[in-house]
Amino acid sequence: MEIRFTDEELQKIESLKTRYLKPDSVILEVLYLIQEKYGFISYEGIKYASKILDISEEHVYGIVSFYSMFNTKPIGKYHLQVCTNVSCMLRGAYELLHKLEDELKIKAGETTPDGLFTISEVECLGSCGTAPVIQINKDYLENLNEDKLMHVLNDLKKAYGN
Amino acid sequence: MEIKLLLKDIPDYHRIDVYKAHGGYEIIRKALQMKPDDIIEEVKKSNLRGRGGAGFPTGLKWSFMPKDNSIPKFLCINGDESEPGSFKDRQIFEFNPHQLIEGILISAYAIGAQTCYIYIRGEYFRWIELMQKALDDAYAHGYVGEKFKETFGVDFYTNIYIHRGAGAYICGEESALMNSIEGKRGYPRVKPPFPAQNGLWGYPTTINNVETIANIPIIIEKGGDWFRNIGEPKHPGTLLFGVSGHVNKPGVYELPTGTLLTDIIYKYAGGIPGNKKIKCVIPGGTSVPPIRGDQIEGLKMDAESLKEVGSAIGTGGIIVMDEDTDLVKVLARITKFYWHESCGQCTPCREGTGWMLKILNRILHGKGTSKDLDLLIDVANNIEGHTICALGDAAAWPVKYMIERFRDEFEQRVEREIVIDIPNKVHSLRRTKIPLTPLKISSN
Ligand SMILES: Cc1cc2nc3c(=O)[nH]c(=O)nc-3n(C[C@H](O)[C@H](O)[C@H](O)COP(=O)(O)O)c2cc1C
Ligand code: SF4
Ligand code: FES
Repeated sequence: MEIRFTDEELQKIESLKTRYLKPDSVILEVLYLIQEKYGFISYEGIKYASKILDISEEHVYGIVSFYSMFNTKPIGKYHLQVCTNVSCMLRGAYELLHKLEDELKIKAGETTPDGLFTISEVECLGSCGTAPVIQINKDYLENLNEDKLMHVLNDLKKAYGN
Repeated sequence: MEIKLLLKDIPDYHRIDVYKAHGGYEIIRKALQMKPDDIIEEVKKSNLRGRGGAGFPTGLKWSFMPKDNSIPKFLCINGDESEPGSFKDRQIFEFNPHQLIEGILISAYAIGAQTCYIYIRGEYFRWIELMQKALDDAYAHGYVGEKFKETFGVDFYTNIYIHRGAGAYICGEESALMNSIEGKRGYPRVKPPFPAQNGLWGYPTTINNVETIANIPIIIEKGGDWFRNIGEPKHPGTLLFGVSGHVNKPGVYELPTGTLLTDIIYKYAGGIPGNKKIKCVIPGGTSVPPIRGDQIEGLKMDAESLKEVGSAIGTGGIIVMDEDTDLVKVLARITKFYWHESCGQCTPCREGTGWMLKILNRILHGKGTSKDLDLLIDVANNIEGHTICALGDAAAWPVKYMIERFRDEFEQRVEREIVIDIPNKVHSLRRTKIPLTPLKISSN
């Protein structure tokens, strides 16, 4: 897949650079943009970031692998990120995770064959007061229970026509 | 005493017009009439201590910044908020962003920082948006950026930018945060040099927590003396206590320091579901030593009081566990977190967290032996104090203190080993393993 930013996107990156003493600081934003446009960060994505930032591919890869929000593999349309850290665990996070795994017939870290859902087990989302919490793409689903979760899951499935 | 400094009961306070209508962006005017050093003195007088975990005196930290304003200087606001059990800074992003911005302006003026970065964890998409909106409004009103000069008639201005992270707890550690802003992996730096000497791109830098800086306008408005009289004098002000786990009403409660832990749990957070007893409380985020349920009676929530019971105030994130909680499971989960988040630079932290996790999982699956408990403490002791940053200590403490304070519970989960004397010179001491099911052993 060819990775390419539009002129407008390139301009945005250029203007972000002016916020910092050195241009390397925008690397996370460049990677975010690649991930948003292409779903994940492939080797082509790393090469592209390396080229437009004039940073070595090794360094870019080092960044991609360091930060947990970057995916180096394609993921589902809906990324179900289940927090299982203590506060959520005390309020049933693992039960929710297992329910999800049963329901979608995949394990955490896997994607459904139709490419709709990926399940991940994640660390504390900073939402412990409304535990248990699942982040779906950018949104937090708080104060969850099984019923509520199944409801949301069905809505998402329906929205996608199956 | 109902006192709200940060999360006020004013509808729509997050909007710039409402904030202004209540005297917002007037305190910066007052601050600009003071000399930067006088502001630092006022903050020192207030005894304000950092809300990011370490509780370092804020005024003192600021006084380490060189006075020379001809070199670039930076202020970083730490909104990484990834400590398990902590969810308070996001309340400020959502409900009181302008007080944070005004606090940043005053702080930047005091230390002479021309550029400020608010570092927010990447998962907080929604709160980044809310904060960006507030920032855009402040820019549009001429409160931030070059227009500041014109608005306030001074020869100083500061730019404020949001820098978002991308999922890494370690980036909350101040030197890792700076590396992350510089576009590197979030590796903590060896200290000294400290950030005030050698920070972002090698220039003087101050790092403060979101909640710390949101307190600054109050201190400048009402004075350091006034502030110092709220709560406990050695750790004054209010704290945003985040209560989670086994309570009926989890959430963030703003209360003066020194509030009784039992009041927070029972009066504000509604007590324990099913009226169960409390087995264990983590009083300040998972990095601080857990305390026993029978230690909480009369315990005040401030840095000094918690130190006395062998714990720490941390981020004020209180995790409550009822009598039915499996502490082995809890400790294994906490340890898994630190193992996952260790940046890998220091061998004791990188390897030690993995070993502790393995041993704990072994115990969890009923395969542990009594030696494992001492082994865990031994590994923890070898991490503590032997690493570049405090994540090592944060990983060691829960293990060390949880086992120390709940030894019986852990003992019950491991195979015991007893020594049986056998009247045979060759095998005079034979070690015998006893299976997990509790056996009655007579003592003679
Ligand atoms: C592993 C680790 C993670 C940390 N995470 C945070 C964080 O998310 N937010 C924060 O304000 N401080 C965090 N800190 C503390 C910072 O290093 C620093 O002490 C703090 O931001 C200083 O601000 P304060 O003096 O206003 O508290 C962390 C420290 C360590 C060792
Ligand atoms: S203590 Fe752990 S997290 Fe901190 S620098 Fe060392 S390896 Fe990294
Ligand atoms: S433990 Fe799940 S959000 Fe904090």
